[in-house]
Amino acid sequence: MTNSTLIKAIQQRILVLDGAMGTMIQRHQLDESDFRDGFFDNHTKPLKGNNDLLSITRPQIIKDIHRAYLMAGADIIETNTFSGTTIAQADYDLQDAVYQINYQGAKIAKEVANEFTDKPRFVAGSIGPTNRTASISPDVNDPGFRAIDFDSLVMAYSQQIGALIDGGVDILLIETVFDTLNAKAALYACEVVFDQRKQKLPIMVSGTITDQSGRTLTGQTTEAFLISLSHMPLLSIGLNCALGASLMRPYLQVLNQKAPFAVSAHPNAGLPNEFGLYDESPEQMAAQIEQFLQEGLVNVIGGCCGTTPEHIAAIADVAAKYSPRKWNP
Amino acid sequence: MLKLAGLEALVLNEQSNFVNIGERTNVTGSRAFLRMIKEGDFESALAVAREQVEGGAQILDVNMDEGMIDGKAAMIRFLNLLAAEPDIARIPIMIDSSKWEIIQAGLRCVQGKGVVNSISLKEGEQVFIDQAREIRRFGAAVIVMAFDENGQADSYERRIEICERSYRILVDQVGFPKDDIIFDPNIFPVGTGMEEHANNALDFFAATQWIRENLPGAHVSGGVSNVSFSFRGNNKVREAMHAAFLYHATAKGMDMGIVNPSMLEVYSEIEPELLLHVEDVLLNRRADATERLLEFAQTVKGEAKQQTAALEWRQQSVEKRLAHALIKGIVDYIETDVEEARKSVERPIEVIEGPLMDGMNQVGDLFGSGQMFLPQVVKSARVMKKAVAYLLPFIEADKDGQQQASGKILLATVKGDVHDIGKNIVGVVMACNNYEIIDLGVMVQPQTIIQTAIELNVDAIGLSGLITPSLDEMVHLAKEMERAGLQIPLLIGGATTSKVHTAVKIEQHYPSGAVVHVLDASRSVTVVESLLGPKKEEFLSSLRAEYSKIRSHHAKHQAAKELLTLEQARANRCQLIFDKQTIAQPKQLGVQLHTPRIDELIPFIDWTPFFQTWDLHGKFPDLLQDPIVGQAASKVYEDALHMLQQLVKDKILLCKGLSGIFPANASGDDIELYDKHTGEIIHKQVTLRQQTKKVAGQPNIALADFIAPKEQQIQDYIGAFVVTTGLGIEHYLKEFESQQDDYNAIMIKAIADRLAEAFAEYLHREVRIHSWGYAPNESLENQALIAEKYRGIRPAPGYPACPDHQEKIGIFKILDVTSQIGVSLTESLAMWPAASVSGWYFAHPDAKYFGLGKISAEQLQDIAARKGTSVEAIERWYSSVLI
Repeated sequence: MTNSTLIKAIQQRILVLDGAMGTMIQRHQLDESDFRDGFFDNHTKPLKGNNDLLSITRPQIIKDIHRAYLMAGADIIETNTFSGTTIAQADYDLQDAVYQINYQGAKIAKEVANEFTDKPRFVAGSIGPTNRTASISPDVNDPGFRAIDFDSLVMAYSQQIGALIDGGVDILLIETVFDTLNAKAALYACEVVFDQRKQKLPIMVSGTITDQSGRTLTGQTTEAFLISLSHMPLLSIGLNCALGASLMRPYLQVLNQKAPFAVSAHPNAGLPNEFGLYDESPEQMAAQIEQFLQEGLVNVIGGCCGTTPEHIAAIADVAAKYSPRKWNP
Repeated sequence: MLKLAGLEALVLNEQSNFVNIGERTNVTGSRAFLRMIKEGDFESALAVAREQVEGGAQILDVNMDEGMIDGKAAMIRFLNLLAAEPDIARIPIMIDSSKWEIIQAGLRCVQGKGVVNSISLKEGEQVFIDQAREIRRFGAAVIVMAFDENGQADSYERRIEICERSYRILVDQVGFPKDDIIFDPNIFPVGTGMEEHANNALDFFAATQWIRENLPGAHVSGGVSNVSFSFRGNNKVREAMHAAFLYHATAKGMDMGIVNPSMLEVYSEIEPELLLHVEDVLLNRRADATERLLEFAQTVKGEAKQQTAALEWRQQSVEKRLAHALIKGIVDYIETDVEEARKSVERPIEVIEGPLMDGMNQVGDLFGSGQMFLPQVVKSARVMKKAVAYLLPFIEADKDGQQQASGKILLATVKGDVHDIGKNIVGVVMACNNYEIIDLGVMVQPQTIIQTAIELNVDAIGLSGLITPSLDEMVHLAKEMERAGLQIPLLIGGATTSKVHTAVKIEQHYPSGAVVHVLDASRSVTVVESLLGPKKEEFLSSLRAEYSKIRSHHAKHQAAKELLTLEQARANRCQLIFDKQTIAQPKQLGVQLHTPRIDELIPFIDWTPFFQTWDLHGKFPDLLQDPIVGQAASKVYEDALHMLQQLVKDKILLCKGLSGIFPANASGDDIELYDKHTGEIIHKQVTLRQQTKKVAGQPNIALADFIAPKEQQIQDYIGAFVVTTGLGIEHYLKEFESQQDDYNAIMIKAIADRLAEAFAEYLHREVRIHSWGYAPNESLENQALIAEKYRGIRPAPGYPACPDHQEKIGIFKILDVTSQIGVSLTESLAMWPAASVSGWYFAHPDAKYFGLGKISAEQLQDIAARKGTSVEAIERWYSSVLI
């Protein structure tokens, strides 16, 4: 899939992004053996819950999930690589598995996407925030301390990005940005890898506004977040996670007004209930999303935590009715 | 547009003011900061940063270039600590170093979009390009020094040559966004005694202008304190020089810079002689400028020393010094004294609750007893504001130490009205008395007032308005407050408001809350104290009784006041003689533009109302000698003259006016204006007729009576005018507001108002002598002008003879005012800028001013018919005159 197909598509219609991976994996009620058999049999640490490994150990499950989202109408599916950095995998002592996680994750997603020929389908390499922040100290007694620095992030992200490109992704999606400095390191890594390979991929960035204070975890307003990441020619900038669709709307309005790029949103299925579950129905969520679409706020719409192919199908139905947001690069 | 971000966005566009870069977190510029870093006292270093942000810095410059410290480690440590302080990290960071590795380290610590300070062509193009590319990967903006392989640019030509070359490389080769490029074209000292330095400032100004005109998008910054390097040790000269430099540099387009606010005088407050000498040097106006300034600097210094000897009050206890500074309005030592007081108490809030409030109470007592006057109180408020601003960071650090204000007061000038001098004075007086003021400004929508009042849980709402339609807005707001279920007391103030209007028209619409008319600013505190204090119920019941008495009295009075029918009134019209003697043939018909200089208007100023603005009552100039208010009046008069001089010199406040004379005839109670060529009707002015019963021989006048009636078939004429002296006032207001200088902000508005009236007087005279020309030999002194001892009148819409503000629409149309001189009408038909006057000219020798009085519903219906509209559509404009 070439860049120009993607650019044309995003100008012509609202593109639909897929929904949650974790929610779908949970449906399979997997156990420890699913995460290690055949590949990590002798690994000393427990691996259950390290979902990214399933692209290697149970690729069929992940492919089925991708397929379900594509059938629901998603134009873009995300690879199962949210935690595919040496930094995130260090918790499992699996830094060495990073290349395979990303390469396989990209490869199987691409294989499924290629099964669909009715309209162009794209694979976005999911790049998570890692579990460390470059702008916040984890030590309450020393606010100047940092558990990770910029250069280590750049190195980890470069490895992930290289493997995703090798596996054949069409887009890089830096998502769930709660610390803009982490995202800056990811963008820096993109440039490093692009320079090395003499090849560029479209980049999507999606930040997380943690609550109704309207700020990221590291304290930036939506506009400050946008300004701080506008130095790269992004395909899109947007918001995901933490909030349901209706609570996300005011911050999308800011991006709509100020962003020189396409705008994306993949909200959660509402806020978690008292059991930590997301229970907004596909219809409820689609109805809220229809409001943004009426206002012309977004170019890319999908789902985050708690969303399923049913949610994406409902969202895709609404998205088909509206024209995409217009923007001035 | 340059967009930067800390935790919050900072966007600079063409309309932005100068962006102030905080400079004290710089080891090369501040010994104290260097010591803190050397000793590893980052706690204090953060306090310095916080102080900068609280003090209004919009970007924070951080520099750790010192041989004795590990600059890279210090930069990382300090930036990481800053990131944990949301009140500091909200502004963008400027990573300042001459060492590339420190810049690289700094870039890796900031999540926002900052500025690198700086790179240059010093080490050649390749290094420059590589560094720019790397900075670009972090998305930072960049300051480029005017420096190349051959050294630092020190002439105009070198500056523009290097800046242009740098710009082309950045834009064409690196692809750097134009808006993210900031040039520092080197500010060098002047007054060094060396001939080659004489043009340093001028070269900088010229280079700045060239950059802004020729390198699109690029910005200009600089370190201002360099310019006064030769005058170290003489802060008075340095402060003046910094102010004058900035004044000229910003005019040329310098839009950001490093300035120490404590080393900066307000340009308009520089003593004229000092300013002259400083500008002689800066602008290289004479060969001996430096010698003259040096010589003059000695006397300035000497004076300063003598003053120190005379400053006996400095020997007193800190409490007494604070009180003295508040009463005398002296800001010079306030921070030192407050700091001393702060150290002597356990919690910083105690300084406010203790000595500062004691001092302000003394001010309040002196004001209440007539020993201090409003201009002085406003100055006291400025000192108080500074003291509180200084204490705030400490109070915030001392988290639970919330200041307990006496109450929260919301102030607003109502929708459609732009007049705010009185409201601002009330705000200052209330703030002095420890009330928290939420000032929503002018033209405030009723829902905004109500919402804000609810959200902030205010204790009282004060409404202000000057023009008569504002009275209706107040009635409307009272109704809306009732509907919203509020019980917050409502205070009514402003020149057209009255106790009677409040009692008769407003109070009954807001039974849930109290409505109080406040006569002037000095009463505001007592009223609010009564409303919020323990005796509230007593106060309210006596107030309600008083208002109810006023209402019944008013009703009786109205009933007794008998109006004539319109027919009777017209029969008793004012009959003038229209012939060659009384109708003057104008020398020039049509519209003319007038742009006098301010100094031409000064002789026409009527000063008496100026003093009324300041609550100083009496006739000018006797007032200056008055045993009670004389001293205060003289001081405010002196300040006014000083500001006038400044305005004359700056040429920023502009005076523009239009006058027009048109053929006209009366048709009944209307005046028809005709095109001078075709004779077609270009406008029909509806005038109102007096309807009160007159004693025998006294006519019932309408303005139409002063123009020859159509049926007499004699060509008559009418004139119209609009003048403004408010264009450019924002320039000053912004500066005063940023200095928290309410005194001068009120002063300039009051002066602009006087200048507008003076302009009206001046223009009327021009018209009488020249364009209409019926009094070519008139020569009257100002006092005679004020006493209106000339032929003809110029009634203004909204004033007693023609209370109908709608007449302005006609005047604005026939003179094409908005496109010609930029004065516009608000929805309530107030003129914007506020310092504007409009009116009609009537030239008949027997034309005279009169008060319309009340009119009947019958006349209103007649007016509606003449205007071709319904009574409902126009009713609100006549509510103040309708019986």
